[in-house]
Amino acid sequence: MRAAPARTASRARSLRVESVDGELPRGDLRGRDRRALAEVQRTVLYRRHVESGARFGPFAGYEMPIQYEGVLAEHRAVRERAGMFDVSHMGEIRVRGPRALPLLQRLTPNDVGALHPLRAQYSALLTERGTFIDDLLVYCLDPEDYLLVVNAASRARDLELLETAAAAEGHGVQVDDQSDETALIAVQGPRAAEIVADVVGGEAAELRYYSFLHQDGANRMTSRTGYTGEDGFEIYLPSERAEDLWAEFLERGRDVGLAPAGLGARDTLRLEAGMMLCGQDIGEETTPLEAGLSWIVKWKKGDFTGRDALARQREKGCRHRLVGFEVEGRGIARHGHRLTVRDAPGAAGPVTSGAFAPTLGRAIGIARLDCSSGGPPAPDSAASVTVRGREIDCRIVKLPFYRRPKAGA
Amino acid sequence: MIPDDRLYTEQHEWLKVEDGEAVLGITDFAQQELGDVVFVELPAPGQEFAAGSEIGAIESVKAVAEIYTPVAGSIEAVNDGLEDAPEVVNEDPYGEGWLVRLRLREEGPPNDLMTAAAYEAQLAG
Repeated sequence: MRAAPARTASRARSLRVESVDGELPRGDLRGRDRRALAEVQRTVLYRRHVESGARFGPFAGYEMPIQYEGVLAEHRAVRERAGMFDVSHMGEIRVRGPRALPLLQRLTPNDVGALHPLRAQYSALLTERGTFIDDLLVYCLDPEDYLLVVNAASRARDLELLETAAAAEGHGVQVDDQSDETALIAVQGPRAAEIVADVVGGEAAELRYYSFLHQDGANRMTSRTGYTGEDGFEIYLPSERAEDLWAEFLERGRDVGLAPAGLGARDTLRLEAGMMLCGQDIGEETTPLEAGLSWIVKWKKGDFTGRDALARQREKGCRHRLVGFEVEGRGIARHGHRLTVRDAPGAAGPVTSGAFAPTLGRAIGIARLDCSSGGPPAPDSAASVTVRGREIDCRIVKLPFYRRPKAGA
Repeated sequence: MIPDDRLYTEQHEWLKVEDGEAVLGITDFAQQELGDVVFVELPAPGQEFAAGSEIGAIESVKAVAEIYTPVAGSIEAVNDGLEDAPEVVNEDPYGEGWLVRLRLREEGPPNDLMTAAAYEAQLAG
């Protein structure tokens, strides 16, 4: 048997580490060849993961827990009870000062001016072509103090872009990379609220989606956000306190079945929820309009990087579209396979994410279609993907694939 | 731990030879490394394969493993149960999780495969 990470079609000479996604170095599965990991960092929770029996893999320069008990069990825990993720590899960049707001307004497409204190916003850093450098969250602590949460893989580039822009503002804005001293723990699932409220304070349960608590004394932020499609929280705190908080959550969550969950489950959860992964589904070849994220582009707020290109695209229409699809035949479409829409053979393109969806019990994916010969394919259009020389039936579906049941329903 | 009633390949497959037939599966190490198996693609009965050729694939949530036959032969039977219950490869890799049964083209046991002891040594090495 020879195994390769699903993301790459390459045939490994021996079994290889399951890679989750992203631009990963890959290591030998036997776990002895650590050369690929030589430069790799660990989060402050590494020892906790070892204690919990984690299997690790490289992700964006970090040695991260990929799974503990198993991806399916962890995925189910998050959908049915609660799961806890260490996502401390994410970058945290603080932007402060009287000129912070105008700077962020100019650099991001969403309207930071509409953001109230203790609210967060999904946004992006774009190129002049309107394509993604990174997607990110903007947290407003007060109108002169923002925290940007960015992807680990693009952190250095984001920081450089922000620092360059800040330098042009003179003394009006200060940019600090707080990533190394900040840990991030996500607790996600229908039972997350009771666990988190018990540990960080009852106010957490009252938070609205995309709101957060800022507990100044503990230098801790708890936001009702996540990357799983479930109710959940993300807790930012000083690295030196992360081990204690992780243990507290595990202890408090024991009787409701909280499970530590790795990046493997995180990826299947976010894909079911129709959430894009930057560096894989979206990136420097994709604009928010092509990705179905036009809601993060606020035309009335004034100028921002990429605006002109996006305005032209809005007028002319998008040539490429990210679309969701379900596999109807037997098989799993993976990153790099090619999806073709049957009635519009011109509408074809690579699968950007593809996996077996544990909650749905079938394979799903996102593909980047060239739609130049017509508009985007209608939901329900028949399509196909070729896997190991075999054509498998697929169907275009609207994103998300999975929506959580309404509370109380 | 590693059954000594069969032979092993460097690619973590096992082969149990009996009366001119061979049953092929993957080892416990292999299923652990793959993680949760969610799809198994097997050849059609009757198909002929040369030694070393690809006969199918096992997919876990995050990885794809190609299955190779270390011996030449024709497919006598495939484990149909894996279509609806691919997780059996994880649960019982040396038993119910077998993949295919081949009719060997050549008489006698294949040479270049490892004994259980040699395979164990490879895992330890």
